[in-house]
Amino acid sequence: MIEISNLHKSYKTGSNYLHVLKGIDFSVKEGELVAIMGSSGSGKSTLLNILGMLDEADEGSYVLDGVPIKNLNEKIAAKYRNKFLGFIFQSFNLISYKNAMDNVALPLYYQKVGRRERDERAMHYLEKVGLADWADHLPNQLSGGQKQRVAIARALASDPKVLLADEPTGALDTKTSYEVMDLIQGINEEGRTILVVTHEPDIAQMTKRIVNLKDGRIIDDTLVDQVKALSHV
Amino acid sequence: MFNRDRWNEIIQALTANKLRTFLTAFGVFWGILILVLLLALTNGLRTGVTMEFANQATNTMFMWGQSTSMPYKGLNKGRRVQFKIADVGVLKEKMPQLKYVSPRLQLGGYNGSNNVTRQEKTGAFQVYGDYPEFINQRYMDILKGRWLNYSDIQKEMKNAVIGTDVVKQLYDIGEEPIGTYIQIQGVNFKVVGVFENPNTQGNNEEEANTIFIPFSSFARAFNSGDNVGWMAITAYDEYSITDIKPAVFAIMREQRTVHPDDQRAIGNFDLAERLAKLTGLFSVLSLVGYVVGALVLLSGGIGISNIMLIVVKERTNEIGVRRALGATPWTIKKQILQESLVLTIISGLAGIAVAAGVIWLMNYLLDQSGPVENFANPTVNIVVIGIALVILIIAGLLAGFIPASRATQMKPVDALRTE
Repeated sequence: MIEISNLHKSYKTGSNYLHVLKGIDFSVKEGELVAIMGSSGSGKSTLLNILGMLDEADEGSYVLDGVPIKNLNEKIAAKYRNKFLGFIFQSFNLISYKNAMDNVALPLYYQKVGRRERDERAMHYLEKVGLADWADHLPNQLSGGQKQRVAIARALASDPKVLLADEPTGALDTKTSYEVMDLIQGINEEGRTILVVTHEPDIAQMTKRIVNLKDGRIIDDTLVDQVKALSHV
Repeated sequence: MFNRDRWNEIIQALTANKLRTFLTAFGVFWGILILVLLLALTNGLRTGVTMEFANQATNTMFMWGQSTSMPYKGLNKGRRVQFKIADVGVLKEKMPQLKYVSPRLQLGGYNGSNNVTRQEKTGAFQVYGDYPEFINQRYMDILKGRWLNYSDIQKEMKNAVIGTDVVKQLYDIGEEPIGTYIQIQGVNFKVVGVFENPNTQGNNEEEANTIFIPFSSFARAFNSGDNVGWMAITAYDEYSITDIKPAVFAIMREQRTVHPDDQRAIGNFDLAERLAKLTGLFSVLSLVGYVVGALVLLSGGIGISNIMLIVVKERTNEIGVRRALGATPWTIKKQILQESLVLTIISGLAGIAVAAGVIWLMNYLLDQSGPVENFANPTVNIVVIGIALVILIIAGLLAGFIPASRATQMKPVDALRTE
């Protein structure tokens, strides 16, 4: 599903270059649930941004579902993001003046899906995350866990190949974190490929594979025995 | 382009901060209000002033003889030029472009008054000797009886057409003037008609203070022979009187044995030229109205642009999210442009509506309080509204343009990082 090799990325800070990714080789097969771990500054977020086509690598190749991702203009990148990827952010990033259903329907809006079908599909995913009754609530009327579940529903709405979650539980308490991870595990069980960036070991243990990053290099890549989040709730 | 979803997006974004949206909109509202009102006032001024010209044929000049300034063919300079009735025929024959050439006579000097009596009543009125064509150059409403005709001229009938003020002064209320006799400097004239000036503005009093009698009867009764006081000359609409008047003067100089280069011998008052000058003046005034209005509108547009910039900055994160979810840069730009456009157009339409209300009120008050000198019927026509709308749309697009391009300048990753 994801094939990257020899990925480099550096940032210019003032007069120095900060070499963040120093040659990453990495692949993810369909249906995997991967945790990307590392301390802050290890380059895990940069990697995720490049995977998410929000940022571009300086060097190296990236193939997503057989499509080489290279030299994209913003228009095509936007199209690919919409078609291939679903994003889950630490701070949820819901649009504050749209209700839950409209937030979930937004990726479909950019796909130019008709209003009725859009609402139906949005509703379907809201049901899936257990928030059908909250469809017309604004984000500030929802709890943190609910917000993240709306965000997950939104990420699923366009039926993407890969879900990219950047510290999805970073802003949540432990109990809510596990509920969210339970949801993510359930989605993975249905066969969806998911990458989770986290620095919390217990969250990482709930995935199927942990990739450890340090100073821009992969130092460790192991399959783990998945801990079911439900057992903690 | 404008489907329901897009409208929802725009309305959601604009109603997110209602007070700010309102204050921003007010700038454009004010701009268009000023623009439309300025144009309406200019129009009112124009209508008021040109109304003075409305009761006469405007392609007209008045021409009279003055003193020669050059000796010619043995005649001394300083000689008085006196037009004769024969000149009228010559002019008409040589200048087919002329529609009317009306010789006129006036009792006394210019603006002089004469004693007119009827039984015990007397009054001071202006008395003119005229040809029937004159009514086509200076419009009059005949309220009773009839205007002068050629039978009056040929038979030298002692008939008179009198103004409403004459009736007021010489007759008791309810008395029928038609068929009665008045004495003009001791000569009896029979009243055959009563006239009024169609335009009840400006110096209508003076106009209605007038008595018209047939030219030939005037000449006979007051011994002016074949002299002509002055001429009112109107050209056909295809020819400008201002253009052809030198040819008229040339003929008159030849007729009156005046040196061909003597510019001072013949005086004239060119109504068409005067009107053209006024029209030019009002074009300039309109232009000033447009420029001032557009500038005020521009400051409103800058206000919108400013707010949209802030909005874009505030929504950097949201724009990042939208782009992560698959919004193309153009989609984002379009949204910003449309928000700015909608804001501009709605506030602009409100401005136009309020301006229309103010104009209506002005007209209402003018109707109530009666005519005001040099100002009447302030209006703005639909073309001007159309132009104002076009200016608005351009302003809205310009206002949205910089913020829209700013919105997508940042990489999505940086936009997402902004809180």
